[in-house]
Amino acid sequence: MNPSPVIELNGVGVSFGGKAVHRDLSLRVEEGQIVGLLGGSGSGKTTLLREILGLLQPDSGTIRLFGIDLNDPDVDRQRNLRRRLGMLFQQGALFSALSVFDNIAFPLRELRCLDADWIRRLVHLKLAMVGLEPTHGKLMPAELSGGMVKRVALARALALEPELLLLDEPTAGLDPDRSQNFVELVGSLQRELGLTVVMVTHDLNTLAGLATHVAVLADQRIIAFGPKDEVMTVDHPFVTGFFGADRRKLL
Amino acid sequence: MSTSPRLLVEPGRVVLSGCWTLAEMLPQLAALEAKLVACTSHNDWDLSEITRLDSAAAVLLWRTWGARWPDGLVAAELHRQVLKRVAELPQEIAEQARPRLRFPEMVGALLLKAVGNLLGMIALFGQLLLDAAYLVRHPQDVPWKEFTANVYKAGAQALAVTALVGFLIGVTISYLSALQLKSFGADLFIVNILGISIIRELGPVLVAVLVAGRSGSAMTAQIGVMRVTEEIDVLSTMGISRTIRVVLPKIFGLTVAMPLLVLWTSAVAMFGGMLAALLQLDLSFAYFVDNLPRAVPVANLVIGLSKGVVFGFVIAIVACHFGLHVKPNTESLSASTTSAVVTAITTVILFDAIFAVFTRNIGVP
Repeated sequence: MNPSPVIELNGVGVSFGGKAVHRDLSLRVEEGQIVGLLGGSGSGKTTLLREILGLLQPDSGTIRLFGIDLNDPDVDRQRNLRRRLGMLFQQGALFSALSVFDNIAFPLRELRCLDADWIRRLVHLKLAMVGLEPTHGKLMPAELSGGMVKRVALARALALEPELLLLDEPTAGLDPDRSQNFVELVGSLQRELGLTVVMVTHDLNTLAGLATHVAVLADQRIIAFGPKDEVMTVDHPFVTGFFGADRRKLL
Repeated sequence: MSTSPRLLVEPGRVVLSGCWTLAEMLPQLAALEAKLVACTSHNDWDLSEITRLDSAAAVLLWRTWGARWPDGLVAAELHRQVLKRVAELPQEIAEQARPRLRFPEMVGALLLKAVGNLLGMIALFGQLLLDAAYLVRHPQDVPWKEFTANVYKAGAQALAVTALVGFLIGVTISYLSALQLKSFGADLFIVNILGISIIRELGPVLVAVLVAGRSGSAMTAQIGVMRVTEEIDVLSTMGISRTIRVVLPKIFGLTVAMPLLVLWTSAVAMFGGMLAALLQLDLSFAYFVDNLPRAVPVANLVIGLSKGVVFGFVIAIVACHFGLHVKPNTESLSASTTSAVVTAITTVILFDAIFAVFTRNIGVP
């Protein structure tokens, strides 16, 4: 239906204070893929997500989402592009002055098209999706536990029904039961809506349960990208180290 | 295949097709809603042509159906699941109650808050005394580095702005008084007017207002952000007293820096006044300096500097109190910073009035 890939990075390079984080990095994610992004600490995984979101301008190379260049000068096109993606930040990044309900309702209200009843139903639906009670809507972000913050943040990321979902450490800080629920939730959403998901994760269970593809970030670029079982056999110190003994279990 | 959502009414049934997602519906939302409303009486819905159905569209359909499943619904299993999730929501979702405050309640809440703040500041003052007693017994724990850093930040870095404001105020007062005095032929009294008003009153109050806006807000914001990011709690877990390390150096730093700033600002303001007097009344610098001690007894300088000490202490303790009571959200941080500055300036003026009453017989020739 959509011929251009959802994410297309070409020769992206970025450096902080003379230290290269990415060098000639290329990645191509097609519609419907769930990509697990792996890499050691400080290998620039979050930086890569920020580049995809357009929060960080790379020094060189091009980034295209849904075939649209992130540097496109057309403001309307840019805004519509942003509405097609949802991001779950590592620390949740909830608006601390707004209640849980208002946090999730915020992007919906910004559309200025939906009526109050519709928004209320949608917010409660998202809350139910991530396993929260309607009464939790009244709480302020400061009153939430770490896991709840994450779930509210996911609900907010899902509020606009994004086509591309970026997740930064989605299951870190969740108990195993919750993280299993999370995996099932994202999996079913993906089937229903044909979502494309890019997630940074260190949790092998999340990776095994959810990802269809794996991208490995090391040496400032993507050293391997492909279906999960193919990548696991790549001979690179990071890959062998990461999967290590668990490799057999996952296969 | 077309992507935009479409609705066709065939005899006896309604056929939906295309992409029923929020993004695709938005451009033609009003038209779609109108069409759906017109179809509410139908009982046969064919959703099998739909390529995508997201929860926003599901909620819309569910509302159209009057919150029940239509008898003749044809839909793919995947889309049925989306609809089922909507159907499982409680039928009546209570609107979020917004608390309404009545006027007496509001006054009472404000009063309670003011009393709470007063008690908090008294408690902080008590804690300071305890800390000071502890430091006297353990001189090696005195946070000299933080103390000097605060004197530098609140004092040395404020020299330029206080000098500028002081100079301009000095020129203005001298110029305006000179116009009046000239018409009475009382030119020489400019020394008395400038000396008493600046050294005793304007210097300290002016500096206090500037410092409250400059250093007071910075203190509240810094302690507040440390609370939001839990840095204050980190200090506690390391066994480091937050009052000794964070609050005490700020309060004593400002208490020391303020009288120095007052002296500096008063001097610059006097210079500005002298300059204006020279230009306006031809009063030489030498005459001015010679007559200043006679017109303005030294007690006025002592009063001015003591005001500086008290004002500095008050500003810092108010700022630290509000900083320590910031709640971990952005709204509270901004509200606390505002309250800190407003309260600090108000309290300074209050103390100035108290000073005026108790020193009314001192230093006036």
